[in-house]
Amino acid sequence: MNVKKQLMDGLFFQNPVTVQLLGMCSVLAITTTLFNGIGMGLSVLVILTCANVVIALLRKIIPSKIRIACYIVVIAGFVTIVDLALKAFLPDLSKSLGLFIPLIVVNCIILGRAESFASKNGVAASALDGVFQGLGYTMVLVIMCVVRELLGNGTFGGGILNGGEGIRIIPEGIPALGMILPVGGFLTLAAVIAAMQYILNKPKKTETKSEEVAK
Amino acid sequence: MDWANLFSIALGAILVNNFIVAQFLGICPFMGVSKKVETASGMGMAVIFVMGLASAICWPINRFILEPFNLTFMQTVTFILVIASLVQFIEMFLQKAMPALYEALGVYLPLITTNCAVLGVVLQNTQNSYGFIESVVYGVTGGVGFLLVIVLFASIRERMEFSEWPKAFDGFPIALVAAGLIALSFMGFSGLKVVF
Repeated sequence: MNVKKQLMDGLFFQNPVTVQLLGMCSVLAITTTLFNGIGMGLSVLVILTCANVVIALLRKIIPSKIRIACYIVVIAGFVTIVDLALKAFLPDLSKSLGLFIPLIVVNCIILGRAESFASKNGVAASALDGVFQGLGYTMVLVIMCVVRELLGNGTFGGGILNGGEGIRIIPEGIPALGMILPVGGFLTLAAVIAAMQYILNKPKKTETKSEEVAK
Repeated sequence: MDWANLFSIALGAILVNNFIVAQFLGICPFMGVSKKVETASGMGMAVIFVMGLASAICWPINRFILEPFNLTFMQTVTFILVIASLVQFIEMFLQKAMPALYEALGVYLPLITTNCAVLGVVLQNTQNSYGFIESVVYGVTGGVGFLLVIVLFASIRERMEFSEWPKAFDGFPIALVAAGLIALSFMGFSGLKVVF
């Protein structure tokens, strides 16, 4: 398996959020501070990797007719583990992510990768796929968090740096609160995806076009 | 029966804390099936139906099975299984009993399993410790809010066919911008309260 190609796919060419357009809900909802973004990204990375490994192991046993239900049970199991672990060790994070931790179950990224990758490939390749797709997801979350937190709250690294306050970059009173509210989520994600499309389409126009058609 | 309470739950679910634009639940179908008003309203109807039914079924399961046996940590697993089998069951039932409705909803039903609004509404019902009737009202009106926003959004997207925008925004990003503007207008409802 071509590790480098998988990495580049996960981060850019097949990025789960900006190219495959999966898992929008959590991307929009929780990207208000850097702490949330990193926590959510790593939770998804762990769950995705574990679920991919288990599903790749079981791929020859699971009957194809009820495979979706089987995948969901596997995923729900790992989500519950992560949910309980976060409640025990990082109660702050668990509180601020709230409903969106149990909702990782229905995050299309995980089911999507199980269906399109782990059910067809070996254990090692599936594990790598989980890590790289998780990294791609985390990367988008972090970009969104940094932009929204900076423009909406005027700080950087909220929840982690400076005792949870974050480092203030823009003085109080100037930032637009709207960027932290739902509106800002939609607009920031639109800008991020547009930037990604702009960059990806520039060097090799034909290849990305054909990928879009293939989907 | 506390009608005022039920009314404020309904108002909250439809306008103030709308599932799509205020809570970000159910974004995938919102983006995926909103190219035409007809498909959007079909999806909205299916969501109302499933959200109401899922609330009604998960409430007794949580109250009479999970809580007495101290199994509430299994909520996520239980609820998603209930929803998945419920959707499957509704599909089979409609196919036999009401073919016309099945034709109308058909394509959208399987998609609903992975709609986070459905799991979201069920989890919120338990978190807010709603009673049975409150849960059902919250589920149904949450679906109504979904229908309202997705139909609005689909009509905007139909109109957008005739406009021009920067090339990099082709497809998804411009739809997100439109959704952002809807979210902005729904912010006007925040703070709305019912006083009797």
